Amino acid sequence: MKILVCISKTPDTTAKIAFTDNNTKFDVNGVQWIINPYDEWYALVRAIELKEADASTVIHLITVGGPDADPIIRKALALGGDEAIRVNAESSDSYFIAMQIAAIVKQGAYDLVLAGKETIDYNGSSIGGMISELSDYPYVALATKFELAGTKATITREIEGGEEVCEAALPLTVSCQKGMAEARIPNMRGIMAARTKPLKVVEPITADTLTRVAGFVLPPAKAGVKLVPADNVEELVRLLHEEAKAI
Amino acid sequence: MSVLIFIDNAGDHIRKASQEVLSYGAKVAEQLGTTAEGIILGTVTYDLTTLGKYGVKKIHQVKDESLNQLDTQVYTKVIAQVAEATGAQVLIFSNNVDGKAIAPRLSARLKAGLVSGAVALPDTTEGFVVRKNVFSGKAFADIAVNTAIKIVSLSPNAYKIVTGDGTAEVVNFNATVETSKIKVTSVTKASGEILLTEAEIVVSAGRGLKGPENWGMVEELAKVLHAATACSRPVADAHWRPHNEHVGQTGYAIAPNLYIAIGISGAIQHLAGVNRSKVIVVINKDPEAPFFKAADYGIVGDAFEIIPKFTAAITKMKG
Repeated sequence: MKILVCISKTPDTTAKIAFTDNNTKFDVNGVQWIINPYDEWYALVRAIELKEADASTVIHLITVGGPDADPIIRKALALGGDEAIRVNAESSDSYFIAMQIAAIVKQGAYDLVLAGKETIDYNGSSIGGMISELSDYPYVALATKFELAGTKATITREIEGGEEVCEAALPLTVSCQKGMAEARIPNMRGIMAARTKPLKVVEPITADTLTRVAGFVLPPAKAGVKLVPADNVEELVRLLHEEAKAI
Repeated sequence: MSVLIFIDNAGDHIRKASQEVLSYGAKVAEQLGTTAEGIILGTVTYDLTTLGKYGVKKIHQVKDESLNQLDTQVYTKVIAQVAEATGAQVLIFSNNVDGKAIAPRLSARLKAGLVSGAVALPDTTEGFVVRKNVFSGKAFADIAVNTAIKIVSLSPNAYKIVTGDGTAEVVNFNATVETSKIKVTSVTKASGEILLTEAEIVVSAGRGLKGPENWGMVEELAKVLHAATACSRPVADAHWRPHNEHVGQTGYAIAPNLYIAIGISGAIQHLAGVNRSKVIVVINKDPEAPFFKAADYGIVGDAFEIIPKFTAAITKMKG
């Protein structure tokens, strides 16, 4: 079985969010970059677990980005996976990125494509669905469990106010969230092995961009907390009712 | 030309998220000088004509029972047929579970630019620009859509429901419906009456509550406020509360009018899930808890003493 795991480079959760160039570009100054947590903890680790259960499984990682994404994809390879592909292009447009990944999906005839449920920078939740359509794969979004028996997958997915269990045959695309797997830390052996694993750099295919970031805006700063004494909870209720009009 | 609004098929009722997108879509149609129409797939047990009160003139229903089950591959093809037949210019979804599953697929199929997680009406003065959440609630981006057909998925709780007098005409749309490749074998609904992601008020508690046996007072407070209950990650991980109550970066991201955090320190990962709440109240015995920096109101004190008093004071106020 061949699995393709989508990996995105995102700013660390604790990164300071600021913008430059008249609020049109994210300020990368001093930003620590990480593997998008949903791609790492859930999509990648679940793929590794599937390979541990069946050694014949092949895991490829894909990212769309410039050379500065290489340390991130190497870090992902240190966790697991056989080889990585980097499509040498940068874009904030999900469709453009999905077109690149879908081209790789078609070439590689992957049985399973795993993606995180969203990235923590653009919060689009879009890539999994778009790749599925462009590859004409069935798609299960927001999965919390994934089990495989032969070519039949049993998946638990979130639904509005609950969850459901469904079955589907491969090939398949799944977007992954909490529950799929437990986070892992790369060990020294993995880090050493990752250095020599193949990282193929391919040039992008021609694809349109459907959207563009016109600008960024920071939310207005909070006025500061209004503290109410612990022995006067009535005052808090009054403030919430009369001032905040929240209750 | 029309604005086509996707209504989730919740069976016997219309979801709050769908009421929001209908209200939003009606306003977008007004802005563009066109009509707002709804689309619903499958069968429902309530009267769809009543949805006219949210401003839609017409609802296209594809009455095929196989569509009562959401499969993105099948849905996308059906919605594309309706969009084409009605000449839809803008398609609107909620950025809830169903919208996140369908809208991106449809975007790729129609080659229509998608703005997911919109928080405001489009700016149509020059092109079509929509503001959305980015960086897990820490910023907004204005996204310009370049394509003739546009898709917007609206963040839950970001647009106020507007109702009027109208009734909608329900039109049966005969679409080609493929057989689903996904078979649903079981469905489990959470027990709470109020959906966490749709709730106006959320009462949330963390490790400060010391153990699951102490949640009774949290539930009582939530009850008097008609609020949903939530919890922090350590609480969900320790199985004190079910995972579907976990808010934060790896849990749900919510945007209620009022978020009350009790005994939660306010780690950045937690804030990423709740920082879009309009009003935040923090109750914590540690005055140095980072959550106070993100709060509008706060009480430094013992949760076990404050919660019952809080519940009593609200009950008294509501008379």
